Amino acid sequence: MANRDHETGPEAQRRRLLQAGLGAAALGAIPGAGQLAAGAQAPFDWKKFKGEKIEVFLVKSPRGDLLTRYHKEFEDMTGITVGSEMIPEQQQRQKAVIEFNSGNTSFDVIAISYHVQKRLFGKNRWMEDVRPLLADKSLTDPNLDFADFSKGGMAWATQPDGRIDSLPFNIDPWVIYYNKELFDAKNIAYPTSFPEIVDAAAKLNDPAKGVSGFVARGLKNANVPVWTSFLLGYGGGFVDAGGRLTTDNAAAIDAAKMYQTLLARYGPQGVAGFNWNEAQSLFLQGKAAMWLDGIGFAQPLEDPAKSRVVGKVGYGVMPAGPKMQVSAMFGDGEGISSFSRKKGPSWLYLQWASNKTNQFRMLQSASGAPVRNSAYLAAQTAADIKAPKQWIECMLTSARIAQPGLPIIVPVTEFRDIFGIALTNMINGADPAGELKKATAEFQPVLDKSEKS
Amino acid sequence: MSPTAMPAAPRAGFLARRRRGYYLFIAPALTVIAAVIVFPWLFTLWMSVFDWKIGSVAHFVGLENYRKLLASTRFLESVVHTFYFTALAVIAPLFLGTAAALVFHREFPFRGLLRGIFIMPMMATPVAVALVWTMMFHPQQGVLNYLLSLAGLPPSLWVYSPTLVIPSLVIVEVWHWTPLVMLIVLGGLAALPTEPYESARLDGASEWQLFRYITLPLVAPFLVVAAVIRTIDALKTFDTIYVITGGGPGTASETINLYLYLQAFAFYNIGDASAVVVVFFVIVLALALLLLHVREKTKWS
Repeated sequence: MANRDHETGPEAQRRRLLQAGLGAAALGAIPGAGQLAAGAQAPFDWKKFKGEKIEVFLVKSPRGDLLTRYHKEFEDMTGITVGSEMIPEQQQRQKAVIEFNSGNTSFDVIAISYHVQKRLFGKNRWMEDVRPLLADKSLTDPNLDFADFSKGGMAWATQPDGRIDSLPFNIDPWVIYYNKELFDAKNIAYPTSFPEIVDAAAKLNDPAKGVSGFVARGLKNANVPVWTSFLLGYGGGFVDAGGRLTTDNAAAIDAAKMYQTLLARYGPQGVAGFNWNEAQSLFLQGKAAMWLDGIGFAQPLEDPAKSRVVGKVGYGVMPAGPKMQVSAMFGDGEGISSFSRKKGPSWLYLQWASNKTNQFRMLQSASGAPVRNSAYLAAQTAADIKAPKQWIECMLTSARIAQPGLPIIVPVTEFRDIFGIALTNMINGADPAGELKKATAEFQPVLDKSEKS
Repeated sequence: MSPTAMPAAPRAGFLARRRRGYYLFIAPALTVIAAVIVFPWLFTLWMSVFDWKIGSVAHFVGLENYRKLLASTRFLESVVHTFYFTALAVIAPLFLGTAAALVFHREFPFRGLLRGIFIMPMMATPVAVALVWTMMFHPQQGVLNYLLSLAGLPPSLWVYSPTLVIPSLVIVEVWHWTPLVMLIVLGGLAALPTEPYESARLDGASEWQLFRYITLPLVAPFLVVAAVIRTIDALKTFDTIYVITGGGPGTASETINLYLYLQAFAFYNIGDASAVVVVFFVIVLALALLLLHVREKTKWS
């Protein structure tokens, strides 16, 4: 960097940070960037914890890569050394549970997947409530702009008792990727309701040409959000006020029937073993008309080295169900371990990780869907955005209608396993009502036990 | 130094003293065994009578975990899957490995080179092998269905079908471990005497008779060794199944090991998982006794 000179004050650091991330042109486009400059007059001391060292524990993903890539920037800005460990999701989750359970963690900051770990971490109070930190003017950058975090993101980060034990980082609403070329060839419009999805899948399904009308996850455990995407649209839910599962009521059965029809009748052969990557590769080959999954796959779909459908991909908001229009949503964030002895430096890290610059970078590199509204507003005017325009619009609309795609309970993994098996069995011909009844009966005691202990 | 040279009376005391000295020498080994084998074992037994989920308090429940296991159709199915998988994954390599050994026992050009190529699968890492096979099994883009289509056969679902999944997984095992059986049997063949063959030929025995009445009985002990090793390997198979199917579709290829992994490391039900370990241990023990019995019998014949 040319202007990396003897300026070392926090303002210079921040200026440098902005220049590095956005370029001068994008700077004006970011709401809050003006605020940022204004805030510079009331100096916030980023160097407060100079010389300390924190450990962060991330998940290997494009989001984890993004943060790791810019750790140097945080270190320069704060004088805090960052030691980071980044491992695949499944292993990260196991290690986290074991470390928290031992009552002492090797990390200070941890990445959390809300859709899997929120209730578990919240119930055990494994992460620090950030509200006192937020209120502390000496610890919180006045430019944090808390109101900029989207509602869906904050809903994820807030526990039922009001504790906010993390800062949200990205949300992942589920959308339908569709192949415009196949749709146009048969003169079919993007569906606006559930029956239209089934109808379009039926018309576009062409086994002779190896084209499937619809593809989504069929593999047990991974497949549950596909079903819940329909379930929410049918007005269904997971658990009623009395703690009873509602996963075998009429809405759940209708959703399961729709899942069965779409995957078993209009899906590819062997879809019962498909996770997102098999579904993705089919769609990349132009062999699937529609693919329902999380929004984070724009990058491979638009990559000419991997994809045969570059420029032909439509990004569709989840169509309205009979009761309501909902996009099932996942989400991730970062929190501070309750066992950490370096809460101050860790809080600075959290603020940096979820700041506007990093959020914008996420969008710019299409590595995920940021949780801050400002990132999208900035992206609408910025030039060097890799993500397609329709994807950004789809994201904005989906975020407005998003609801958690999995129940917020402790045994999420068991929920996904038990209902996942039921769904896989349905693909192989089992009766939806019977399977759901069995799965619900099997899971109810597991849920009861987890809430009791 | 020999104790027999000692007078009778002090001899007993000396021996006792010496025996005490021996105990001192086995102490380190005993400590290690107690620490890494006996203690974890007792601890597992202890955990198996508790209802303990990581993150919550453990309650003593007696044999409740075992009762639940035996009442769980999913666990019982996993036992069936384990036996089904093990039986196929032992028998198929035994037949193919013996056939291959008979071929490689003959003289033909490039025998050494071909033998080397044949045992190459054994050197590959199981997870890498499993990943490659996963791609080959893919119903649309996999090479196996392409080969079927070249032969004019309809495509198969391989590991994506609940009924075909275990035989398909066994194909991977067979590819991977037939060479091991071949090596063991080949060793046995090399050690065979030539006289019985010569006299049998003089008596006009056919090739099949030579194999059936001379070769097979003589290499039988080696076959049993191969069977024991294969059984151990097949019972504990985890990586191949976990990587290729994760126990699916549904639970169609969920073996005891996969069930155990889920209980312990996905659901964190340590009590239940410990009970599975204990049951699995009993099964392994029973199988080991059976195989030992078979081995004694082949020795005797």
